[in-house]
Amino acid sequence: MSQIHTLTMPKWGLSMTEGRIDTWLKREGEQINKGDEVLDVETDKISSSVEAPFSGVLRRLIAQPDETLPVGALLAVVVEGEADEAEIDAVVQRFQAEFVPGGDGEQDSGPAPQKIDLGGRTLRYFDLGEGGTPLLLVHGFGGDLNNWLFNHQALAAERRVIALDLPGHGESGKTLQRGDLDELSQTVIALLDHLDIQHAHLAGHSMGGAVSLNLARLAPQRVRTLTLIASAGLGREINGDYLQGFVDASNRNALKPQLTQLFSDPGLVTRQMLEDMLKFKRLEGVDSALRQLAAALADGGVQRHDLRAVVAQQPSLVIWGAADAIIPASHAEGLPAEVEILPGQGHMVQMEAAERINQRLAAFLASH
Amino acid sequence: MARKISYQQAINEALAQEMRRDSSVFIIGEDVAGGAGAPGEEDAWGGVLGVTKGLYKQFPGRVLDAPLSEIGYVGAAVGAATQGLRPVCELMFVDFAGCCLDQILNQAAKFRYMFGGKAVTPLVMRTMVGAGLRAAAQHSQMLTSLWTHIPGLKVVCPSSPYDAKGLLIQAIRDNDPVIFCEHKLLYSMQGEVPEELYTVPFGEANYLRDGDDITLVTYGRMVHLAMEAAANLARQGIDCEVLDLRTTSPLDEDSILESVEKTGRLVVIDEANPRCSMATDISALVAQKAFAALKGPIEMVTAPHTPVPFSDALEDLYIPTAAKIEAAVHKVIGARSAA
Repeated sequence: MSQIHTLTMPKWGLSMTEGRIDTWLKREGEQINKGDEVLDVETDKISSSVEAPFSGVLRRLIAQPDETLPVGALLAVVVEGEADEAEIDAVVQRFQAEFVPGGDGEQDSGPAPQKIDLGGRTLRYFDLGEGGTPLLLVHGFGGDLNNWLFNHQALAAERRVIALDLPGHGESGKTLQRGDLDELSQTVIALLDHLDIQHAHLAGHSMGGAVSLNLARLAPQRVRTLTLIASAGLGREINGDYLQGFVDASNRNALKPQLTQLFSDPGLVTRQMLEDMLKFKRLEGVDSALRQLAAALADGGVQRHDLRAVVAQQPSLVIWGAADAIIPASHAEGLPAEVEILPGQGHMVQMEAAERINQRLAAFLASH
Repeated sequence: MARKISYQQAINEALAQEMRRDSSVFIIGEDVAGGAGAPGEEDAWGGVLGVTKGLYKQFPGRVLDAPLSEIGYVGAAVGAATQGLRPVCELMFVDFAGCCLDQILNQAAKFRYMFGGKAVTPLVMRTMVGAGLRAAAQHSQMLTSLWTHIPGLKVVCPSSPYDAKGLLIQAIRDNDPVIFCEHKLLYSMQGEVPEELYTVPFGEANYLRDGDDITLVTYGRMVHLAMEAAANLARQGIDCEVLDLRTTSPLDEDSILESVEKTGRLVVIDEANPRCSMATDISALVAQKAFAALKGPIEMVTAPHTPVPFSDALEDLYIPTAAKIEAAVHKVIGARSAA
């Protein structure tokens, strides 16, 4: 039986409306497998590869390099099995006739993050998907819920997935009280209480990993599983120069070398990414929040929290990029957990190897 | 997804948030409340284009309608600034500068220097600049260079709602007199602006586009024309780097030089008249400090050395356009191959 698939422009995050085709990584007539990188697409925020959501033969390339197309636009036709050219023509024709860019203004009414008042402080979170034990995504130092741009929607296909902005970050309130790990973990617990979630899977990146570990220490009964991605709290070393440099950077020239350390592909640090990060750092209260948290997390190049003992409390999955320049992947050694080390990957591994991590995480969650 | 508001709303929000935060901030100007103390509706106007609308009701007694005497109320604002308040005075059109120039040029700008650093003058003077509103020669000028020429003043000219809010908050908190130039054609421009307070530092140009072939340096409304030209040129295979100065004083010399050292070519775009302007100033800076990097002559795209015409057709010819910027870029790049 044959099946004709349409590969369309993905939507990465809330604000993406269009993308520019950079290069095709596969040729017409080539066999592609689910998960293969098929082409590179660039948006004003980020560039990334589009991975094939299905297997088959790449029969028709529709989008041309340098072309800018709206989200949902037809990029290519992939055929599983047999189909003649006329059948493909018909599919393309029907798609183009029916396609409405912007999905009938759906963008504005689509899912959006919410803000609540939690103990006198604004907290922003983004709630997607339904059913199952909910998964909570906890970003790292200086990040926000957009760090899960390439993961959130994919993971929400299977269950309810909530990403939040930690205090001092994103669009949550910037003032910290104690400015320590406990304050962050307790805020996440307060969010779970607010949402009436008794048990959750937690996935934390970097500092968010330490926040999740610490939450599991404070409230073990709430945590079904832990997924720790390039996590803090599992070893001694941390790149203290990065932390200090990131906190101190107040312009693009100072910030760029810091952000470049986060990625295995430095080309991902775009002008827009730098500008967005500077915009965050200029918000009132962010500078002191980051300074407080940096001091709470590490003393120079040495982490203050050893939470390795928490890992065994619940089923845990530990993911690391082997080339992580912020927290070394060697911290994954000897942990009572499923461990996945991705060769060549850097600290922002959940963005750079999103498809791989989404599959691994979904499989891990499904088995628990 | 960040909230979108207009350039005008961004300015209003910056004023409101700073007035809420700091009780020493107040507004004084012509019709900034509109109708206050006179028969008729209070808070009716909020400035000639409504930028301060709503503030009179929120901050009773702190939005002061001034008599039609710039030398009087601007002088009052300068005096208040020296006595510990943080006035935001409004000079309706920058074209009226002559009516209050002594208060700014000889008083506000000189205090810190002449009192040996013991006096601060945290004054903000908001003022409308720029052509394109069919408002003729006395309400359309781009006098940014005039202020930039005066030591002791800081001069700001935001090109977007985000910059307008952050630069205005920075201006209010700054301890020196700041001339805050608002382009009247940008008031309705929409853009993403955080609801929270934030500041955009002075003297830091914004890289709006990275490119290797040529540097376009500009500020204010011309930023958008430069970006339009850059988009067209990109389709012709020419990659422009676009720098928005944000503030003309202090000037981000480092970013300009760094960019020209990379691209080797420069076009400066300035809506002001060409003589003794930002265009000539930046051209001189680059010729002096980055001459060795230049692969072609520096080009300037400016208004001509004439008053702003009232005729629609002539005003359209007067204001620089994206097409003129593109032509200047081609001229600079062509100069090398012709040589």
